[in-house]
Amino acid sequence: MSLASAIRTRDLNELPSRRDEDWRWSDLKALIRVMPDPSPAVQTAAANPALDGVDAARILYINGRLVDGDRIAIPATGKGAFVRRFVSATAQTAHHVDAPVEVGAGGRLLLIDSFEGQAAGYLASTTGAIRLGEGATVERIVLIDEQEDAVSVARFEVQLAEGASFSQTVLASGAKRQRFETHVAHPGGATLRLDGAYLLGGARHSDQTTVLNHEGLSGLSSQLVKGVVADRARAVFQGKIIVAKGADGTDARMGSHAILLSDRAEVDAKPELEIYADDVQCAHGNTVGALDDAALFYARSRGIPDLQAKAMLTAAFVGEVVERIGDEAAREMARAWVETKLAGLV
Amino acid sequence: MLSIQNLHVSVGGKSILKGLSLDLPQGEVHAIMGPNGAGKSTLSYTLAGRAGYEVTEGTATLDGQDLLSLSPDERAAKGVFLSFQYPLEIPGVPALTFIRTALNAQRKARGLDEIGAPDFLKLARASAAGLKMDFEMLRRGLNVGFSGGEKKRMEILQAVMLSPSLLILDETDSGLDIDALRIVSEGVNNLRSPDRSMLVITHYQRLLDHIKPDKVHVLAAGRIVASGGPELALELEREGYDKYGIAA
Repeated sequence: MSLASAIRTRDLNELPSRRDEDWRWSDLKALIRVMPDPSPAVQTAAANPALDGVDAARILYINGRLVDGDRIAIPATGKGAFVRRFVSATAQTAHHVDAPVEVGAGGRLLLIDSFEGQAAGYLASTTGAIRLGEGATVERIVLIDEQEDAVSVARFEVQLAEGASFSQTVLASGAKRQRFETHVAHPGGATLRLDGAYLLGGARHSDQTTVLNHEGLSGLSSQLVKGVVADRARAVFQGKIIVAKGADGTDARMGSHAILLSDRAEVDAKPELEIYADDVQCAHGNTVGALDDAALFYARSRGIPDLQAKAMLTAAFVGEVVERIGDEAAREMARAWVETKLAGLV
Repeated sequence: MLSIQNLHVSVGGKSILKGLSLDLPQGEVHAIMGPNGAGKSTLSYTLAGRAGYEVTEGTATLDGQDLLSLSPDERAAKGVFLSFQYPLEIPGVPALTFIRTALNAQRKARGLDEIGAPDFLKLARASAAGLKMDFEMLRRGLNVGFSGGEKKRMEILQAVMLSPSLLILDETDSGLDIDALRIVSEGVNNLRSPDRSMLVITHYQRLLDHIKPDKVHVLAAGRIVASGGPELALELEREGYDKYGIAA
């Protein structure tokens, strides 16, 4: 059951629905009544200036087809930096693509994945396995910039080896239905950062779902997901952490925090901890609230007008996620991206 | 010139200020002293325009212009500055960014050009040095992890840089040790100017040893019940607020 299999088989019964526990807030079956035609091959897409600041090789997927560049495979001790664009370019059509990533032992990768809608009403599905060899390091920034009437679902499976380090920051602006799933197999002895931010307005929906399996000794993981939701938008965060029997010394931290800018905005957050080991440190915190009135008044009393003060305070709130990005150019790009999105919300 | 006439203010339906009148001429420093619950903070928040402070009667004008109809940021652009009793912490917004945003917003509201980064940094460095503040603190989130004294110094730093025409100091001495009190008071005294009025709101006389007021007003039960020269503060220190009908 997935959008990918529904697109492949053209069988709407393959779509996950609210009856599936982990899809209850992101029902696709009730939403998609007709399977659109398969997306056609398209060779060119409009440029995306938001990505210009990062010095990296370019890979371009359009309508679920690789049109420029190759699959990412970093050899052992190799180094690479890629901007990978997944562009949906044709209205009212559907496509799926599998885009795996391989990083050999000791390899290093900076990966910017940009999901972009350049047409109306498409269905886009993306999957990929991301394999890190021993001691490999990956920093990944995901930008989700889909159309408001589109459906976009992505699912990535991350496999870490001993000593590996995987850091991910997903920045999402939602769609009619938008879901980004990250599943991580954590063998212990590796380091994981799994962050996200959502900036939603209008009637947009955005779902960040993570499933993290701590399977070995002394695994570290840290998750910080923050968001700002305006208008009638709806955010979903589902964060599951499973600490297997024997995975002692695991240190897993998760924080999920949201600001609602309107009475009709909604956040559904579900942190889940399943712990089968004895000697484990797990902490999670979850908050949803309005912008702090006292801080807002303080800023306004200094002469900063209402909207500008709100923009400043929400940018600072989400900024904590952006500040955790290690690569400086990627961090600057992410900061600008967030500012642009926030400007449309407050 | 700040002129307050017959000001009545309710908070949460409860009447706090009950006909407060006060004239503060340009260039003068007036102290407002009063027991807890007299309405001192209500007065400062009302003048700054905080939501929830409902003016039911009366007027407040600055240089002839009605303040009460303006938003908090519009009042700031007109020259009102409130030094908070409890300054807010704003994580993720460095003090420098906050003050520059405020300064430029005020300049824009007054039809002036933005201040450029080099000029702003020069002003910030000089102002911080004047208050014996470590400049690096201005790069951190505003007031985050600051001590009470550091926060008050940061308030005065903002006042120095924003250069208001009406400075309201709400219990600026609270939470300060004697050294911090001296530094903050020096900062305030350096702000004295013929174009600037100050309202020093305090429970205790000790702040007035450092910041000498031209006039002292006693606020009790929502009204000014007595006014006089600096000697009135000393009398209050000796005799308390008993004779005004309310115990300190």
